[in-house]
Amino acid sequence: MTRPSTTRPDTSVAVRMGTEPSRLVRWVILGVVGLVFSIPIVAMVVFSFRDGLGGGYTLAHWTGLFDEDAARTYRNLFTGIGNSLLLAVVTVGIVLLVLLPTMILVHLQFPRLRRTLEFICIIPITVPAIVLVVGLAPVYSVVVKVAGGSVWTLAFAYGITVLPYAYRAIQSNLDAVDVVTLSEAGRTLSANWGQTLWFVLLPNLKRGVLAASFISVAVVLGEFTIASLLNRTNLQTALLQVSQSDPYVAVIFALLALAFAFILLLSIGRIGRTRTGSSS
Amino acid sequence: MTVANTPVLVSDAAESETTRRHSPSGPAKRARGLAKYLALTPFAAYVIVFLGIPTTIAVVSGFFTDEGAFTLDNVAGLFAPNVLATFGSSFWVSAVTAVVGAVVGALVCYALLGTRADGPLRSFIDSVSSVLAQFGGVMLAFAFIAAIGSQGLITVLLRDSFGLDIFADGVWLYQVQGLLPVYIYFQVPLMVITFMPALSGLKLQWAEANATLGGTRFTYWTRIAFPVLAPSFFGSLLLLFANAFSSYATAAALISQGAQIVPLQIRAALVSETVLGRENMAGALALGMVVVMVVVMWGYSVLQNRTSRWQK
Repeated sequence: MTRPSTTRPDTSVAVRMGTEPSRLVRWVILGVVGLVFSIPIVAMVVFSFRDGLGGGYTLAHWTGLFDEDAARTYRNLFTGIGNSLLLAVVTVGIVLLVLLPTMILVHLQFPRLRRTLEFICIIPITVPAIVLVVGLAPVYSVVVKVAGGSVWTLAFAYGITVLPYAYRAIQSNLDAVDVVTLSEAGRTLSANWGQTLWFVLLPNLKRGVLAASFISVAVVLGEFTIASLLNRTNLQTALLQVSQSDPYVAVIFALLALAFAFILLLSIGRIGRTRTGSSS
Repeated sequence: MTVANTPVLVSDAAESETTRRHSPSGPAKRARGLAKYLALTPFAAYVIVFLGIPTTIAVVSGFFTDEGAFTLDNVAGLFAPNVLATFGSSFWVSAVTAVVGAVVGALVCYALLGTRADGPLRSFIDSVSSVLAQFGGVMLAFAFIAAIGSQGLITVLLRDSFGLDIFADGVWLYQVQGLLPVYIYFQVPLMVITFMPALSGLKLQWAEANATLGGTRFTYWTRIAFPVLAPSFFGSLLLLFANAFSSYATAAALISQGAQIVPLQIRAALVSETVLGRENMAGALALGMVVVMVVVMWGYSVLQNRTSRWQK
């Protein structure tokens, strides 16, 4: 990040005037905060190699995952992972099939409803999961009667949980693209609504749609509150349960989940950057 | 493609022609207007069933007994000394972690000033921040147990190398004060995400104007940057407070029993059905939480509106 002064002529000026930190100050702050924040992660990695309380180190906890009876021992954990992946897929489905068309429609046809839609989508921040779950319990006793007790129904609640994140990701893309002109152009060139949506609008909204999907997956994989209090099994509830019998495996899977979430969110950043790069 | 589209072009143009020329308020247009509204119904229905109804039940059920009779007992129960103490702990944990998180997060944002917004450092820190801000819950509890649990990496290191026992007064990690370091761990990254746009909105011209008028670095930060950033800083602080106040999973994973903070008291009320000998206490607690959250988030949006003035 130490650019030669030819590309950033005002850096040194900014440093001299005190608006930007000097390189030393920058790296001291980032170094100290980075070091402190890496401790818990490093501790997890070290823990996953610990050989009991004796103090030695072993690879056994990692290799044990590939044992033939591992699938039986950690059956509950694998159920949880499967459930969470299923829930992630259904939640993304809700975002793409229910939220996205509504946002496009409101943007094009009901500009007056934009503020209302924004307000609705932000509500889940003010009504946190622990409050929502109090009212979800009676709702789910009805859902179970209608749709059965399968685990995927939980995605209805998760669709609400991810609403603020998904909304923000899609909306910032909608604001950056002139959707009205694009859709009028599509209509003028004789495309029907379906064609305009599929061939004109969605390609332009790809970045927002992908970001919304990825953040939804990350949120669903980390969700604990609703699953736990509605007595369902997902990745997080299974992790907590496994940690009581085999903390090493629980930590290993927590690390893997974390790495996966990091890759997902890093690619959101990348999608965003590619676009800014090409447009500027 | 072209061939397939041609008839559509003709028929579509013809249709809109006739509608426009003959009957602007005709049944065809009304039908299309109706169809537009119908297209809104899936989302509306979904939000009503899974957001509107649960929120209403959560907030209103505190006013009713199990038999459905109106009662103020549960809401009065919010003012019982032990419930007030729980709200007190929640406020305390949220306030401390929000302030520490906001200050440390703002420092990190400051350190990032002058780096390229699309450079590798910024995008790395952006991604790390979004992961860690989402990291709350079971996995975060594991990380802190591995680091500063009674056999944790740091605990053992401090004990064996420096003779320092961080748990000399008892294992506080599994009590309310144990939530402080754990919550700060997701508060700082959230601050980085929310405060960075405001900080990078500072314009170099303002510093130049300050320098031209004979100002110093000190006057730049106290007279210009701080007043401009204040609404955003305090707005982010409120968001962090709300974030900690509503957080359940981390606390639930660390503290397996008891009702030390409000979300855990809701858990106790849901699991045992009766707390303090009252039914539907969970509803009353949820109401109490929503009231706090609405006030905090209202403050956040007011400050956010003031912020956007400078971000144009």
